[in-house]
Amino acid sequence: MLLLENILMALSGLKANKMRSLLTMLGIIIGIASVIAINTVGNSMTSSIQSEFEEMGANNISIGVSQKSSSSETDEWGMTFNEGPHSTTMSDEDYLNDDILTDISEKWPEDIKGIMREASAGSGTVTINDDYAYVSVKGENDFGLDDAIDDDKLLSGRKFKNRDYTEARKVCIVSDYFCNNLYAGDTSAAIGQNVKVVISNKNYYFTIVGVYEYEDSEYSSTSEADTETSMYVPVDTAFDLLHKDSQYSEVTLATASGVNVDSFMEEVQDYINKRYYRNNESFEVSTFSMSSILESMTSQLTMMSLAISIIAGISLLVGGIGVMNIMLVSIQERTREIGTRKALGATNTSIRLQFIVESIVLCIVGGIIGMFLGLILGAVGSEKLGYAARASTGSIIFAIVFSMVIGVFFGYYPANKAAQMNPIDALRYE
Amino acid sequence: MSKEKELIIDAKNIYKRYYIGQPNELEILHGISLKVYKGEFVAIVGASGSGKSTLMNIIGALDKPTEGEYMLDGVDIMKAKDKELSAIRNQKIGFVFQTYNLISRTSALKNVELPMLYNGVPSKERIERAKKLMAMVDMDERMHHTPDELSGGQKQRVAIARAMANDPAILLCDEPTGALDSHTGRVVMDIFHKLNEEQGKTIVFITHSPELAEECQRILTLSDGMFIGEREGKVNAPA
Repeated sequence: MLLLENILMALSGLKANKMRSLLTMLGIIIGIASVIAINTVGNSMTSSIQSEFEEMGANNISIGVSQKSSSSETDEWGMTFNEGPHSTTMSDEDYLNDDILTDISEKWPEDIKGIMREASAGSGTVTINDDYAYVSVKGENDFGLDDAIDDDKLLSGRKFKNRDYTEARKVCIVSDYFCNNLYAGDTSAAIGQNVKVVISNKNYYFTIVGVYEYEDSEYSSTSEADTETSMYVPVDTAFDLLHKDSQYSEVTLATASGVNVDSFMEEVQDYINKRYYRNNESFEVSTFSMSSILESMTSQLTMMSLAISIIAGISLLVGGIGVMNIMLVSIQERTREIGTRKALGATNTSIRLQFIVESIVLCIVGGIIGMFLGLILGAVGSEKLGYAARASTGSIIFAIVFSMVIGVFFGYYPANKAAQMNPIDALRYE
Repeated sequence: MSKEKELIIDAKNIYKRYYIGQPNELEILHGISLKVYKGEFVAIVGASGSGKSTLMNIIGALDKPTEGEYMLDGVDIMKAKDKELSAIRNQKIGFVFQTYNLISRTSALKNVELPMLYNGVPSKERIERAKKLMAMVDMDERMHHTPDELSGGQKQRVAIARAMANDPAILLCDEPTGALDSHTGRVVMDIFHKLNEEQGKTIVFITHSPELAEECQRILTLSDGMFIGEREGKVNAPA
């Protein structure tokens, strides 16, 4: 009851001294506003980046072959000898192959949605009469092809059939640019055509079974006719072309939803390294995922906004000192009031409570004003940076709690001073 | 004074010293004894510097005597701690100051409510009683005004209503008409008489005005920290 009365009294006091209250609160307002604004912008950035990354496939794990980090030995003299990698060029047995990939697919059938197996057979030219088109021949398995060509990007024909893959047929899917160059833009005319691709002066023949819509890179400087577009072939067809068995320096593994990407990634890496690369002196496999990149980016962003927030928080400290200063002045001014209250039966505790409540109310009102200001600033800032504004509930709770803490912390000393006043001296104070 | 009357103030051999143990040690009160009975209207007169204020602070439980015995309405003040002293001031004493000492930012009514607030009286009851007290001092039309909007006499009437808030054992008035002109001073004095006669309120009235002191039942003269005289005033004790 006394608390409620104190709050009402403090609010009416605040209203009575509007200008002074506002100036006192200014430090708190600026401090809270800047902390919240920074947090809002940071938050918006993080969540925008997050959703962008998720679109790019946060559930994908890249498994790549990389050089072993050099081991070093220190001899008895303290000299360090680096035992560098034995070989820097990859030989056939260093690559990932279908056996390994089949093994892991069978080991974790529940966790793995699919593995994209890709092979590059090099760049080549297709010439028909005087018309030409540049292509880069890429081998894909069915899972990789689905990732490379969305179903709605397929303009004519079909994707590869099961037998295209298993029999390593010489079929291909070309781009609409390719058709523009060679078939006057008629995508259906291209279907069923045999084309000769010249790669490093060797001729290869493929049958076109499908046409996809090529997405030109925004920054492409070459003309449409000269753009090199992908020509997709079944992955084993590509290996036949290269006269090699399957070998991959990198594959992408899509995990089923609900799998903890980070831990699964490590599990797979350990498994492959222990089983297949234990005796390999120069190479091992390493894995990374979008989610781990995202995580490190998010944590960096969070650290950054935290650091800036701390700097902004210094103004809160200054604001708090301002509050303490005004509270001391106010207590001096109201010495007689304190004396009167004591004569009327106020205990030291109730006087202390009164002034602490006053200080808290001052800070919380400042905090709330600052919070709204910060949210507005944050929204405008995010807008300017091109992110969707996203305020965090955490920062709002922080604003209220922290301004309350400031109120208690910087109000305690003045309030205690008031409580300790001798009523006789206080009553006599002019 | 009839002996069967209840003793409100019973002070014996009160000494008050300052700067104890230092070269400038100062003794303000030199063994004062004072008995005030229930329903009495007592005046304490004395020139400035006679120790009136010090005595009033001690009677009002704002200060403790250095030496002596003091029972206020059956409570031993000498043994009371800060919290108990606050409660005594709150419930047993009603202060009326020369300078009113109203709290300027709140309404007259809130000022009257204040002692009840510290006494833990529930809000509804508090407001009801405060309004009654305001009516008693003829201030019911101005209860929502702040002290700044009231005249001196009006302020003192609010202060009297506030002093009566917790129905104290004693009203302790320190020069309550000192800052008022003779007419408004008269109005205020009449309220005290009314409270004394109609409600039997015990009043200790500190003044340096001999005329006002004459209106009280008993007049004690303080000089240099000692009572030097006691006589009856013109007003007789109520039946």
